[in-house]
Amino acid sequence: MAVKTIISRPIYGTLSPQLGKHHLFIADAEGALAITDMTGKAPPGFFDGAEIVFIPGPEGKYIAALEALKPMQLHIAPSFASLLPRLKQTLTNAHMGLRLYLAGTEGLIGQAMQVALEAGIDHTSIATEHRGSLARRMQCVHCKGITENVTTQPATCSHCGLLLLVRDHYSRRLAAFQGVCINAEDRSEIPPIEEAFP
Amino acid sequence: MSTGTTKLDVVVSDVVPVNDLVTRFHFRRRDGELLPTFSGGAHVVVEMRDGDRTRLNPYSLMGSPLDTREYTISVRRDDAGRGGSLFMHRQVKPGLEMVISYPVNLFSLDLRAKKHLMLAGGIGITPFMAQTSQLAGAGGNFELHYTCRTASLGTYADVLQQRYGNRVRLYHDDREERIDLDRLLSSQPLGTHLYVCGPAGMINWVRDRAASLGWPPETVHFEHFAAPQPGAPFDVTLAVSGKTIRVGEQQSLLEAIEAAGVDPPYLCRGGVCGQCETNVISSDGKFIHNDHWLSEEDHRSGCKIMPCVSRFEGKSLVLER
Repeated sequence: MAVKTIISRPIYGTLSPQLGKHHLFIADAEGALAITDMTGKAPPGFFDGAEIVFIPGPEGKYIAALEALKPMQLHIAPSFASLLPRLKQTLTNAHMGLRLYLAGTEGLIGQAMQVALEAGIDHTSIATEHRGSLARRMQCVHCKGITENVTTQPATCSHCGLLLLVRDHYSRRLAAFQGVCINAEDRSEIPPIEEAFP
Repeated sequence: MSTGTTKLDVVVSDVVPVNDLVTRFHFRRRDGELLPTFSGGAHVVVEMRDGDRTRLNPYSLMGSPLDTREYTISVRRDDAGRGGSLFMHRQVKPGLEMVISYPVNLFSLDLRAKKHLMLAGGIGITPFMAQTSQLAGAGGNFELHYTCRTASLGTYADVLQQRYGNRVRLYHDDREERIDLDRLLSSQPLGTHLYVCGPAGMINWVRDRAASLGWPPETVHFEHFAAPQPGAPFDVTLAVSGKTIRVGEQQSLLEAIEAAGVDPPYLCRGGVCGQCETNVISSDGKFIHNDHWLSEEDHRSGCKIMPCVSRFEGKSLVLER
């Protein structure tokens, strides 16, 4: 569960049915459970007009649970990058009345929100729920490279190799936490590396 | 005390009758300098010195924000009101020196929007005059739907159609022309923001339909200056300043507090901005809430009042002022 430490650190809610004409869900892994858990609160026929885009991840679970909701469309994608063109197309053609629901890892929520912001949806208008891994998407503030699925503190930049302190400072525009060199004075000084974001 | 605003000494440079009900007033600075910059949707509070009585009414600026040599407002005559609009229509002539507040914007455009959908009713057209000028100058994407009683009372409808062609759609009540609101709201591209200014009934209708059709509240903007309503006189105790005052029939509670020499903060004087929100210490009677600021819960609680537009009927009212 995300805790508000500094103002930019996103916190997430619990999915609940919104008033709207079209409902678009984007979820990964355990995020599927956030969708199935809200069915009790949804009015009858809610999923008849819903579209669910789902990234099952390596374990490949929960597809059957989502199929059982009988959404208008269920699209299974192997990765966020693979669903991006489809998502952009959907948002380009969408009308006011579309409601967006994001559930799963912070990386998924952040990247989908980034696309939604570009399409003109305010971040406060998006329903979110964090489920599953706490792994972070991190931007190295030095080389600007993005490293996905960071679970340790500190973490190594996958681009420039600097050892970075993973901050709670988050950028919605970049959909990433900021990583700042932890041993800039003396690069030989290696602090203990802990599994901080399992 | 108007919060964070300074006064502007102006002179009335022109008075132009627009139709049977509406007159336009032009103001320039007395020192000949440019007026402060403003953005579309901003209003000024005009001080009307009428004998020993001073009224302060908010009016939307309707000129182009690109031109600050003068400010223009349009005032609809309200024969049943407290007299502010009648004072403007009857007493204000070119050359008169007046005082107005700095502009304040409580109805600004959200410039992140991909498109701006504007709904005006009657004299609610005035902020859109400035907003459309601002957007047109910057190549902005907008569409204006304007409802008026009759063509002859469609204030500035001709000007707007001339400027913007089919981006302006008119609806005349006397010809039974009605906005197909659900269809209009459901056919807007994602990223559209909605702006509505007009009578309270229209604003409530539009907000309600927009919410039902899935428009998030962040995308729905509205402005309705409630003119203070006259009512039965009532007595109020101001606990902090230790005064007991009487609010006259034609006076607002805020005006009565000011007349007693107490200077509470204010901005819009129309129940919109929240600046004059006042805590109620005790009360025995009925509140007549006319504002758009407090929540329904606040209204029911009897713990808060907006003295610019709301009144009270009953035995006693003690305010934290």
